[in-house]
Amino acid sequence: MKPISRRRLIATGLAATAGVAGLAAADRLALRFGLIPPDHGGLYGAGETLTYAAQRLLTSHSLAREFPRTMISKAPFANEIAHPGEEFRRHQAAGFVDWRLAVDGMVAHPLSLSLADLRRLPCRSQITEVVCEEGWSYIAEWIGTPLSGVLREAGILPQARYIVYYSIEHPWWESIDMADALHPQTFLALGMNDGDLPVPFGGPLRLRVPRQLGYKSVKFLVRLTATDSLKRFGKGLGSASPEAGYAWYAGI
Amino acid sequence: MPTSDSKPDTPRHAAFVRVTHWLTFVCFAALLVTGAEIVISHPRFYWGETGNVNTRPLFILHIPSSREIVPTGYGYVMPDQNGWSRYLHFETAWALVFTGLVYGVAGLWTGHFRRNLVPERGNRSWRAYLERIALYVRRKPPNPGEAVSYNVLQRTTYVVVIFVLFPLVILTGLALSPSFNSAIPAVVDLLGGRQSARTLHFFVSCILLLFLVVHVTMIAFAGFRSRMRAMITGRAAYREERT
Repeated sequence: MKPISRRRLIATGLAATAGVAGLAAADRLALRFGLIPPDHGGLYGAGETLTYAAQRLLTSHSLAREFPRTMISKAPFANEIAHPGEEFRRHQAAGFVDWRLAVDGMVAHPLSLSLADLRRLPCRSQITEVVCEEGWSYIAEWIGTPLSGVLREAGILPQARYIVYYSIEHPWWESIDMADALHPQTFLALGMNDGDLPVPFGGPLRLRVPRQLGYKSVKFLVRLTATDSLKRFGKGLGSASPEAGYAWYAGI
Repeated sequence: MPTSDSKPDTPRHAAFVRVTHWLTFVCFAALLVTGAEIVISHPRFYWGETGNVNTRPLFILHIPSSREIVPTGYGYVMPDQNGWSRYLHFETAWALVFTGLVYGVAGLWTGHFRRNLVPERGNRSWRAYLERIALYVRRKPPNPGEAVSYNVLQRTTYVVVIFVLFPLVILTGLALSPSFNSAIPAVVDLLGGRQSARTLHFFVSCILLLFLVVHVTMIAFAGFRSRMRAMITGRAAYREERT
């Protein structure tokens, strides 16, 4: 081994100081601009933070690919779902007439919307791909209304940074940041391929988040909560997915 | 000492080559294991944009699956390892990209690529390749110079692995990210659609695995201990070479 020269020692010391200072500055900037995902702790936190921060810096406003009608999958695959609970079966037997979507949390006017209320909102459709983390996919036309319209109607407060959303089936809940919540393709889907949204595909109401994997598109949606922090929800990791070992941000 | 331009204290491999080599090895091993775990959750491959269990596959791996929905013919379902596998896959992918950047910049800066990897001017001919292949086929011992420098086949293989296969496996992997595809849709479209990108990602990974197997086998033939020492400490032990 060569002895370390004084010049080398000073240079190394300066580089280390600059590195630490740089990391501290990056950390503060990341917090300010919302580049840290809620599941940033632990062994895989560094990778998740890099992925989420990179996507937020580069793809906040990009649009998911939309496809021509001819590319709609002839045989879409509705992933298996657990046997529906009693509450869901009661709604199903009644034709979902009493199904309601609650909008609460950091909003000026909390809402409780029926499916008919949602149908009165501006109707849009998009032909996008559902992508499962396992590797399979299908394309369908989704009919409904952008989430941003509902949030605006509820008077979402400027402090809100995330939308937490719940399925009627416990414990199935997710959350997205405002970049995705206000994204024009993030969608409350009531219909699929020119019909009502079938139950296996999440009917009567599903949140479609086409820039993320399928598990963020929660089926049987009943509640949206606007919040400035995810710490108070569940274990504070952002959604049920990280509690089950899966990444919160599924845009990859 | 073997050649005039290598001084006795010149390391066989530069420090940045050794460090990035082993970082790449660790990342690749983790990516391979976690990638296999992810494949197990859907061991079916398709071509085009979409594909699922209702679609005719391009081919099927006849292995058990970690999901009930996949008809495998096996009477059991493997445990689900996708959560941590996906976390680790993407984390080590980042580490591999950073390692590759350091290696790429250092390789250009030091002239490592030009000097050690690109085939020498006199060897850029089919004859040079055929002559070196003939040496392998006749099981002739390597020239003494090959202990300190790569031959034309080694150089070509490393160039293809470093500048074609690794960029391709990263690109096909990125084409599986729905957010990346929303920002740069041209990549997934050029690859022929999402399922084509997934299938290509699998194929390129298989070729990289094949490279790893051949690479380790050749090192075992050439003298495992001395080659490992050269890649760890940088010192080549010429006398131990089986020349």
